[in-house]
Amino acid sequence: MHPVVKTVLHRLALGVVTLFVVSVVIFTAVQLLPGDFGEAVLGQAATEETKAAFRRELGLDKPAVLRYFDWLGGVLTGDFGTSFSGRAASGVDRSREVADLIAPRLWNTLFLACYAAVIAVPLALIMGITTALWRNSIYDGVANASALTTISFPEFFVAYILILLLASLNPVFPSLANVDSSISFWDRVYTLALPALTLTLVIVAHMMRMTRAAIINLLASPYIQMARLSGAPPREVILKHALPNAWAPIATVIAFNLAYLVVGVVVVEVVFVYPGVGQLMVDAVTSRDIPVVQACAMIFAATYIMLNLIADIIGIVTNPRLLHPR
Amino acid sequence: MTDNSENYTAAGEVGSHRTRRTRYQRAMIGLGKAPITAWFGMIIVAIYIFVAIFAPFIAPYGEAEVFPTPYEPWSAEFIFGTDQIGRDVFSRLIYGARNTVGIALFTTILAFLIGGGLGLVAAISRSWLDHLLSRAVDVLMSIPSLIFALVLLSIFPPSIISLIIIIAVLDSTRVFRLTRSVALNVVVMDYVETAYLRGERLGWIMRREILPNIMPPLVAEFGLRFCFVFLTIAALSFLGVGIQPPTADWGSMVRENASLIQFAAYDIKAGLTPLLPAAAIALLTVAVNFIVDWFIHQTSGLRDDH
Amino acid sequence: MKKTYLAKQGRLLIDGQIDRRQFVMRTLAAGAALPTALSLADRAFAMTPRKGGHYRVGTGHGSTTDSLDPATSENGFSSSVTYAYSNHLTEIGPDGQLRPELAESYESDDATTWVFNLRGGVEFHNGKTMTSDDVIASLQYHMGEDSKSAVKGLLAPVVSMTADGSNRLVIELEAPNADFPFIVSDYHMPIFPAIDGKIDPVGGVGTGAFSIDSYEPGVRATFTSNPNYWKEGAGHFDSFELLSIIDVTARQNAVMNGDVDHIDRVDPKTVSLLSRAPNLRIEEGTGTLHYTFPMRLNIEPFDNYDLRMALKFAVRRQELVDKILLGHGALGNDHPISTANRFHNGDLEQREFDADKARHHYMKSGHSGKIQLSTSEAAFAGAVDAAQLIANSAGECGIEIEVVREPKDGYWSNVWNKKGWSACYWGGRPTEDWMFAAAYTDDTEWNDTAWKGTDASARFNELVRAARAELDMDKRRAMYHECQALVNDDGGTICPMFANYIEGVANNLAHHENVATNWDFDGRKASERWWFV
Repeated sequence: MHPVVKTVLHRLALGVVTLFVVSVVIFTAVQLLPGDFGEAVLGQAATEETKAAFRRELGLDKPAVLRYFDWLGGVLTGDFGTSFSGRAASGVDRSREVADLIAPRLWNTLFLACYAAVIAVPLALIMGITTALWRNSIYDGVANASALTTISFPEFFVAYILILLLASLNPVFPSLANVDSSISFWDRVYTLALPALTLTLVIVAHMMRMTRAAIINLLASPYIQMARLSGAPPREVILKHALPNAWAPIATVIAFNLAYLVVGVVVVEVVFVYPGVGQLMVDAVTSRDIPVVQACAMIFAATYIMLNLIADIIGIVTNPRLLHPR
Repeated sequence: MTDNSENYTAAGEVGSHRTRRTRYQRAMIGLGKAPITAWFGMIIVAIYIFVAIFAPFIAPYGEAEVFPTPYEPWSAEFIFGTDQIGRDVFSRLIYGARNTVGIALFTTILAFLIGGGLGLVAAISRSWLDHLLSRAVDVLMSIPSLIFALVLLSIFPPSIISLIIIIAVLDSTRVFRLTRSVALNVVVMDYVETAYLRGERLGWIMRREILPNIMPPLVAEFGLRFCFVFLTIAALSFLGVGIQPPTADWGSMVRENASLIQFAAYDIKAGLTPLLPAAAIALLTVAVNFIVDWFIHQTSGLRDDH
Repeated sequence: MKKTYLAKQGRLLIDGQIDRRQFVMRTLAAGAALPTALSLADRAFAMTPRKGGHYRVGTGHGSTTDSLDPATSENGFSSSVTYAYSNHLTEIGPDGQLRPELAESYESDDATTWVFNLRGGVEFHNGKTMTSDDVIASLQYHMGEDSKSAVKGLLAPVVSMTADGSNRLVIELEAPNADFPFIVSDYHMPIFPAIDGKIDPVGGVGTGAFSIDSYEPGVRATFTSNPNYWKEGAGHFDSFELLSIIDVTARQNAVMNGDVDHIDRVDPKTVSLLSRAPNLRIEEGTGTLHYTFPMRLNIEPFDNYDLRMALKFAVRRQELVDKILLGHGALGNDHPISTANRFHNGDLEQREFDADKARHHYMKSGHSGKIQLSTSEAAFAGAVDAAQLIANSAGECGIEIEVVREPKDGYWSNVWNKKGWSACYWGGRPTEDWMFAAAYTDDTEWNDTAWKGTDASARFNELVRAARAELDMDKRRAMYHECQALVNDDGGTICPMFANYIEGVANNLAHHENVATNWDFDGRKASERWWFV
């Protein structure tokens, strides 16, 4: 078997194990958090009696281990269970399937993440490579300073500034990302311009800085010196000789930032009132809606694992020493 | 470069190679060659450190001193006005330097000690230890940080120590992954294998062979992590831990006044108020990273003609 | 004579029988000056509800875990939805008075047996006509062993409900309660159609001014006007859209940019800046919402009367109103009854900051050392700042207070009602009895001051029970006045302020003269009460 295929299979298996461990950790974590669903949903209005009734109906009176394995059994057969919320007091179960609850929001989140990634990743790579190429030039200084400025602002603040500039003072884009399923693709792209731009500004600096650092780190290597001495122009040195060897750290950072796009965009969702998974997860944690928390966490963990797997594969494929171990 | 051209002799130059320069001398020479951006960075950082140390002497008012009027406009008495409960914004900015920079620096160093150390060990051993650590970090990193933060919150009492530990642990996972992935490229190098064959100890190899060769990306990461800590503190303050009031920190100051920005069209000074602490963070970020860039350039061994 | 003529012309104008030009001509003919005639025309238009328009509301409430089930609805988003598509037996009118809604009238001789005469010919959205069976099933839903309803406790005293014909309902209570008609106005108890004695709590079918088109919890709800709405002069919009915009800046941006027409919970800190936006106006009203700092008598040192007094005198209430509410609120007097309530005790002396008295009581209490005050933004916006101000003013009296910022998540289950001294808010209740029974009597779980076992609390509990059975208004007033004095003196709560509801309203929205202040959004019924000019 080709070593890369072997590594991929190996990593996939490990990924599944990681997912399993994550599910245990999350379950335990939510279990450890004080309060339960009844208490959270009723807020100040909770009484012992109503809380007990909630616990009975949701099966929270069963031991935690038993509930975990019930859940695991369900997931293995593709059933993520039903949300705690929406159960009626009459005892008739009208709650929604977790899968139905998450699916439309996941689509929203993925759309926004891809949108931002399509802008941010090429931009970061181009800026990283060009700043490494023209290091210490004015361009380098300005590009670095402005990228650094954007990441030192909290993301909600970046969003507010963009809203002020592009929605209030110059009404170019809408300030609310109010979308529903009927909206057309281009309308969606237009409506989501500000959230996507916010996310781009938030992640571009990190990726760009790491690309630049990784390339500069390689420029002193003997083989690069050799290439330079042989008279290759700087552009060629960087693109043909340095970049291929810098892919590993760059890929790691990109993977990390893409995972962040899917997982960490809650703040942007809140500011632009965009119905994504992040908001769902926050609400579910706050109200201790365990099935929804579990499902969201699984999605996030899986995203993260997949992206890192890809990053690792890129690292291996671009490094012959790792590709063909002695 | 140290020799005077007037009494130049070939023997002198050859001889001068024998006397090694002291660290101090080398640092001075390095400084002399530092680009303008690095100088800018160093001056800014020096000012921040000065302000942080001498905050009580510089600030016109106390950190928690409350004046009668909230949202006092900018004036000679209150340079940047007063905040939502009538504290002097300028004084709080100054005290914020002390609290925020100190905590951020300490947290980042701790995160790098944990994450960097374990990352190196993992990369070198490439055995069950590597697998164990990598899996553990994968688990930690794939758990959404929100849940992570909430759980840690319910375990630790809200204090500055637990704040530092929480952020350091959260950040160390990222440092671990980066260190490991860069170090993996280095451990397969011939000189590392040679060192192994020479029978050098693991610690020696880590310190002398690998670390110097993976420093630049790590330092670049350090520069960014350091600044992310400000934002993490602000985020955690929002969740309820973080720095306890009335201690001033820039992240929370941005958060508390952020909504004012939307009224910039009606009242430009009010709109600028949240920008002040944000600019304080941004300026420090830029300054630190300019120094980092210079360092990367130095350690990369590039002999650029600039 | 002139007045009636003008009024008649106004009606003709609104109905479209004459145009604006004719109206002005006729008014001028009746002897009015031209500017007056023009403004009369405008006023006639503005004050007379006009049909039509798409009404978009941005609210700072809502969660993805919400459901249509009224039994567990807990936030402003859910109750706005409930009020839009359903009705209750009674309602709080725009003037703050209770009035019958689906009941035509209600009566009782002894406050124990209540008779509700239902309105005839009211149709649900599905075409079914409302009868007393529907009402019984709707209330029954919150009662019984397995009920998880938030109002289970409120309806617990109901012994029996019997239908006397299809439009008459007799409810028997286990003990007299003069305020029972208020209780059935609660937003948890809408009337839904019953099938075989059961209602479908999430069916979304009611008798309200709007029927539900779509409902996405925590995101939005959209409605279309109900063409058969039974209520006269209500339900003017063609359609209604409710958006959950939790972030206050986003909400204010939305109304400033015209993306919505009406928002609630404007940040008092920036209200003066928001009012400068040309396309909107700010409306506010003082309701029953109040912020408190309950001290628990079962935890040392708050069991000490003098220590409680010392802390009460160490709070600058006016400063809190000025800085936390930025003046958008009213002073509290360490009891939960607002001027919006019927029996507010205005004769009770307003407690002020008094360093000497605070020091005197503090010395007398013999306490020394730091006192912890737990706070979080979860309690109310500005709670952390408020606690710092209290610590500051108490410091002037020689009392050392340590402000502890608690995690937002789980604040209500871990801190409030558990820690010795914490920050809290109460939405308030329309009646004194309801408010006291919720948080101050010895039998409620949310007695967040643990106020029991003192002579004053014994007297207080006795009074509340007696007042509940009393139908004579004057006697009740005297009793409730004494109750407020007892809470103010011996009770564990520091209630420095009542907050205003502050709303941002697009300039083209209009409403009748009175606006209800039991909740924001005109008692959350703006969707059926307001209109576009």
